[in-house]
Order: sequence, then structure tokens, then C-alpha cells
Amino acid sequence: MTAQLPILQVIVPLLAAPICAVLRHGRAATWLAVLASWSALAIAVVLLGQVMAGGVVSYHIGDWVPPIGIEYRVDIVNAWVLVIVASIGAVVAPYSVTSVEHEIASRRIPLFYAAYLLCLSGLLGITITGDMFNVFVFLEISSLSAYALISLGRPRRALTAAYRYLIMGSVGATFIVIGIGLLYVMTGSLNMADLAELLPGVWDSRTVKVAYGFLGVGVCLKLALFPLHLWLPNAYAFAPSPVTAFMASTATKVAVYMLLRFFLSIFGAAFSFDVMALDRVLLPLALVAVVSMSLVAIFQVDVKRLLAYSSVAQIGYMILGLSFASVTGLTATLLHLFNHALMKGALFMALGCVVYRIGSVHIDAMAGLGKRMPWTMAAFVVGGLSLVGVPLTVGFISKWYLILGALEKGGPWIAVAVLVLVTSVMALVYVWRVVEAAYLREFSGDEATREAPLSLLAPTWILVAANLYFGIDAVRTAGVARQAAEVLMAGIGS
Amino acid sequence: MSLDLFVSHYNYWVVILLMMVGFYILISRGNLIKKIVGLNVFQTSVFMLYISMGKITGGTPPILVGDGHGGDAVEHVVYSNPLPHVLILTAIVVGIATTSVGLALAVRIKEAYGTLEEDEINRIEALVEASE
Repeated sequence: MTAQLPILQVIVPLLAAPICAVLRHGRAATWLAVLASWSALAIAVVLLGQVMAGGVVSYHIGDWVPPIGIEYRVDIVNAWVLVIVASIGAVVAPYSVTSVEHEIASRRIPLFYAAYLLCLSGLLGITITGDMFNVFVFLEISSLSAYALISLGRPRRALTAAYRYLIMGSVGATFIVIGIGLLYVMTGSLNMADLAELLPGVWDSRTVKVAYGFLGVGVCLKLALFPLHLWLPNAYAFAPSPVTAFMASTATKVAVYMLLRFFLSIFGAAFSFDVMALDRVLLPLALVAVVSMSLVAIFQVDVKRLLAYSSVAQIGYMILGLSFASVTGLTATLLHLFNHALMKGALFMALGCVVYRIGSVHIDAMAGLGKRMPWTMAAFVVGGLSLVGVPLTVGFISKWYLILGALEKGGPWIAVAVLVLVTSVMALVYVWRVVEAAYLREFSGDEATREAPLSLLAPTWILVAANLYFGIDAVRTAGVARQAAEVLMAGIGS
Repeated sequence: MSLDLFVSHYNYWVVILLMMVGFYILISRGNLIKKIVGLNVFQTSVFMLYISMGKITGGTPPILVGDGHGGDAVEHVVYSNPLPHVLILTAIVVGIATTSVGLALAVRIKEAYGTLEEDEINRIEALVEASE
């Protein structure tokens, strides 16, 4: 049974999705989705344990030996990402029970859960597979369901946001297919481990470099790296609350994982940094993303949109860590994958509680909410502090490693460390604007406004608690992230 | 570049041409349906890229030549690579799914906004945002 875990990781939510769709009964579909996402988390945790204990787990689908057959290959890097995606999926599923009933028409609820599970299985599939074309297939499964999920948002602008994401996302996915095709022309293989062995022989060819470019642009579209982020703010702002919480914490993280897997494992760190100068391409983009998007976030009045711009800035931090081209920098990237999932998940879920009660996340509508919804706003404050990077929260751990990585390199990189601090202050500004409205202004809304129901607060506070727990005891997370960074940077001196 | 090279690789030139045509439609057209058509052309060019690279000059379809029982199987037959074709079958399905989701969204947008022109939608959205 345990030998089948890698395939079950994907199959369980994938099979639960159509069952949800045909159930046509809101409650039944809901609990099936919760059950499927929890079992996905259990499988991911067991897989991580297996990998930590015994090294790489390789699963041959249908017993076809790779590179002919499709291989699922779990090493410390994707076991880590699987746990991130599955745990967010498992927390958001029970949260959406109450939230979805409020935000989505009841006849669409089974379909919502079908799309949700498809999106989850697509993201898990991208992460677990060891086959390039399989990545593309799962990418499209997750993307197509994500378009549908976003379009379920109440405001009609959710439709245009989903449409724009569809166009840009499809272009990105097509670029990835072109890249995969060019690699296949040069090597005759689609298996990642096999490609990693074959590619050094053809490094010099222009085709491989063009493939590198196509894959890079395609993945960067998916992960919303500045300036390819234009689809993201509206998609996050107008999607239903649980969808925003889920997408913000998982979709871009998986895209970052794809970037790391393609460029560091398959092409190899040596090729990426020495031949293609990946670090010098990504560094300016990451810095511009962090600074400009933090600045834009400060001037937003829609809090969901404010956090969406902040997400683009936070993706900048992840790419910044990668552009250090060092183990410490990469550790910061991998840590921030996990930490950002926790903080953005908590923040967007707190906003979902606000939407549930007052129906708006406009900053003026949230005035005085601190007294009316103390637990919700307390969750927002903790998440916000984590976003800023205050000690005792996970945000601090990410920033710590990021600055450590910059100082390690010394010289002009000190300026990067300073910039990280400056942008943290900018994060403080935009978080403060919300806090100021919620706590220092008078409440002017409906007198009957009460605290959000426990079914929303409990999942939110699970993530908030995780923000604090992993902020205080970062030994385990930092250990796994460092181990993963060392695997990815293998073959290049730290 | 010699004319021979140009002519012998004509399918790749068609790929590039289609790709750019599709991409241009995607960027330049304001009509949401036309954008999807552009996306389709763009994706189709990739199908051609894959199928071109699976073709080997003089290659036959990958079907066992001979009676299939070891009797008079023909040795040294050159087969075309079937794998890219199979991959593209998958990609075609994905392309159709993308198109249908895109068109479904276009229908919903038309219902919600009363138009499919991007600039008019932007104008309506700007008006709504200004009134908030």
C-alpha cells in the first residue's frame, strides 16, 4: 500500500472531483472534498517522512520502466512542496464550507468542489511528476479549473479577471510546451532525471538555449514575476474568498517550484548560473517587483487587492533568494514558499470572514471592525505582522535567511539587504493602513455586525497558529529547506 | 542561408509564421472572441512543430511490416517517431478545453457587460471604479 502512495497523492483528489460533480448535493460534495483533501495531506506527510528516512522515492506508472514510462519521483524538494500545497488544500476545504454557501449559488456548490479538487490534484501532479509532458498536462488541469474557480466570484469583474488569466496563462503554458518540445528534439527524452543526464552533452546548441528561454518566460508568466504579473491582482481580488486563499498560497508556489526544478535540477545549477546568467536576469526583475509592487500596494483601497499586489512583491522575494545563486539564498526561497503560503493563507481567510459579515473589503467599510470582529481582525494583525517580518512570526525567518544570504555575498549585495529592510517598512505601511482603519476609526456599518462563525475562524486560526509556531521553532522547516536547497544546488560550490 | 535549407525546412517556417500570426491577433485584437481565435492559431503552430519533429525522411508509420509472426518481417525499416503525435493528441484535447472555457467566459462576459469589446468593458469598469 505504501508503495502506491505517489500515485494516490494525485489520484485521490482527481477521482473525488467527478464524483463531487455528479453528486449534485451540496453537503455530500462538501464533505467528500474535505475528506479527499485531508487524505491528500496525510499522503504528503507520509511521503515526506519516507523521503527524509530513505531518500528518493521513485514510482513507475503501470510498471513501465523510465525513461520509457512515466515516473513519479519524490525527493526532498518536491516532498516539501507537496506538504505545503496539501496542507493549504486541507485547511481551505473545511473553511470553504461556510464561506462558499454565502458567496456561491447553492446549485453550483458541487461544481465548485469538483473544480477545487481538480485544481488541487493538478498542483500536486505538477509537483510530484518526474516527466516533462506530464507537467504540462497537470499544469493545464490546475489552470483550467483555476479559471473556472475565479469566474465564480460575485462581482462581474471576476469574469474579465478570469478571462485575462486564461489568455495569459494559456500563452505561458504554450511557451512551456514549446520548450519541452525543443528539449525533446535535442535529447529524445521527457524524463526529468534522464534529461538532466543528457543535457550537458548538448549545452552548446542554440536549440537548448532557446528552450531555456521559452520555459523561463512560460513559467514566469505562471508565477506572476514582474512584469508578467498583470493577470494576478484582479484574479485574486474578485475571486471568491476561499479560492483567493487557496490560489495565493499554492498556485504561485508550485510555479516557483517548477522554475527551480527546470532550471536547477534539469538544466543544472552550473548551466543556469554560469552559461545563461540566470541570476543576473532575475535579480533586477525581483528587485523591481519587490519595490514597485509594495509601493502600489500602499495606495490600494480594496484590501484584497492590496494583498494581491503584496503577493507579487513577495514572489519577488522568492526570486531574489534564487538570484543569490547560493545555498543560503535558495534556502530563503524555499522557506518563503512555505512561510508565504501560511501568512497569505491566514490573511485572505481573515478577509473571507470580513466578507462573510459585511460583504465588502473596502478599507472604509472595515473601519472600526476591531471591536466588532475581534478574533478576525486579530488574525489579520498577526498575519500582517508576519508579512512585515516581525520576530516570532514566520515572516521574520524568511527575511532573516534572505538578509543572511545577501550579507554572505558581501560587497554591493549589502544594498540588497538594505532594500529588503526598506521594503519591509513599506509592508508595514500597507498593513498599518488596514489596522488603523479597523482599530482607530469608529464603526459606521450595520449595528448587528458580529464576529464571524467558528467554522470560518477555526481554519483561519489554525494558519495563524502555524505562523507563530513555525516562527518560534524554525529548526525543522529551516532544516528541510536547507537540505532541499543543497539538493538543488548540487554540483555547484556553496 | 541557402535556398535548399529554406525549402527543406518549410514546415518550420510555417510554424513560425502561424505562431506570430496567432500571437499578433492575441495582442492586437480587442474582441474577446478574436483573441481566442488568435490563441487557437498560436497553439496550432505548436502542434505542427511537434509533428514536424516526429517525421523522419522516408519513415513509415510505426506499424510492424511483414506478417507479424516472424515469418517474413522486413528488416531495417525506418519508422517515424510516434511519440510526438501522441503528445499532440493530448495537447489538442487541452487546446479544445481551453477554447471552450474561454468561450464560456466570453458568453458570461457578454451577459454581464452587454459587449465583447475590450475597450468598452474597460470603460464600464473604469466608470464603476470611479463611482465607488
